[in-house]
Amino acid sequence: MLSQKTKDTLLGPLNANNPVVVQVLGICSALAVTVQLKPALVMGIAVTIIVAMANVIVSLIRNTIPMRIRIIIQLVVVAALVTLVSEVLKAFAYDVAMQLSVYLGLIITNCILMGRLEAFAMTNNAWDSFLDGLGNGFGYAIILVIVAFFRELLGSGALLGYQIIPDSWYAAGYENCGMMMMPAMALILVGCIIWAHRSINKEEK
Amino acid sequence: MKLNTNSNVYTIVYATIVVIIVAVLLALVSQVLSPRQAANVKLDQQKQMLVALNQELGADPAALYESLVRDTIDSENTKPGIFRFEVDGATKYVLRLHGAGLWGGIGGYIALDEDKNTIFGINFNHESETPGLGALIVEEPFRSQFIGKHIRNAEGDIVSVVVLKKGNQAENGEEQVDAVSGATITSTGVSDMLKANLCDEYAAFLAIENEKMSNCENEEMEVEDVIAEN
Repeated sequence: MLSQKTKDTLLGPLNANNPVVVQVLGICSALAVTVQLKPALVMGIAVTIIVAMANVIVSLIRNTIPMRIRIIIQLVVVAALVTLVSEVLKAFAYDVAMQLSVYLGLIITNCILMGRLEAFAMTNNAWDSFLDGLGNGFGYAIILVIVAFFRELLGSGALLGYQIIPDSWYAAGYENCGMMMMPAMALILVGCIIWAHRSINKEEK
Repeated sequence: MKLNTNSNVYTIVYATIVVIIVAVLLALVSQVLSPRQAANVKLDQQKQMLVALNQELGADPAALYESLVRDTIDSENTKPGIFRFEVDGATKYVLRLHGAGLWGGIGGYIALDEDKNTIFGINFNHESETPGLGALIVEEPFRSQFIGKHIRNAEGDIVSVVVLKKGNQAENGEEQVDAVSGATITSTGVSDMLKANLCDEYAAFLAIENEKMSNCENEEMEVEDVIAEN
């Protein structure tokens, strides 16, 4: 159904070419939004949508962009999209917009966007760029969700805001790990994921 | 003929066109959506006030708000920040709060009983406090601690309510609630916000006749007293 190239474009970023653990992009936002699972999920979805849309637009105008100002043009496209999405959310989904608050603006600074625009959308057609955007967005979201899962579970004893660790454990002396709340722990967790990922994928290389 | 996309003229014209298109697009969207956004902001404020009044929001918060609100009380130094409500036949005052947390602004609404002393309910909001730490001030367990506390001390002076780490004792006899553990600066921010707003901004409104304005304004009062004695 899908050609091999399309499959690679869409599914590659989920594992073998993951933007976070292989290309090591988008780390800064991965630290900021992974204290709890919910903002991590929302951020993952928002980035996926914006990368896909920005990829399509840049791909459509790629042949007209003057080489010397291409980064600026890419940035303008991304900034315009993020502003647009944030305005629309404020008008039609106010609660979601409040939930995202600062993260929405943070998307502009996410290096995955610029990375994909420069590396893929500038040289590929719109459909492939769209798939590449989706794939990289999901690849980013997966890592965010994994990190947030452990940070919220071990740091707050909850998942998606619902308490998971039973009260009887706390009564027996179990303590939430305050370290998990620190941004540094997100970095260490990402490091652990990279370690696991590399050891699993070693034979393939 | 193929355009030379690397020439200076092309670059400048291209940049100009892109900027104009984006600017027009964003201005247009902003213009079209701003009434809806303003309505959303207003509805959100009404919802927050209803939460401060311990009301179930239900399907139509706007109608509920209209059925409870009586009027707004503005004075010179308070922006529209005082609202009078009637809940189950009793008058409640809702005051808008604003202050600073760790990463950005925090705010909220405090609902007082008719005696302008007992806290009927409270609600907080924040711009960008840390999820799981400072952001917990908006959650019910933190907010419900305030219910039934008094903002005046035994002498009737306004002293606000302080947010303190568990186990600490308030210095000036204020009533106290427990801080969010791990979020000291946000908790202190809430405490300072309450103090600044209640003791200062709303002092004139909260003052009961024949009584000192508030503890925080003692110095001014004393000066006036001295003048009066002379």
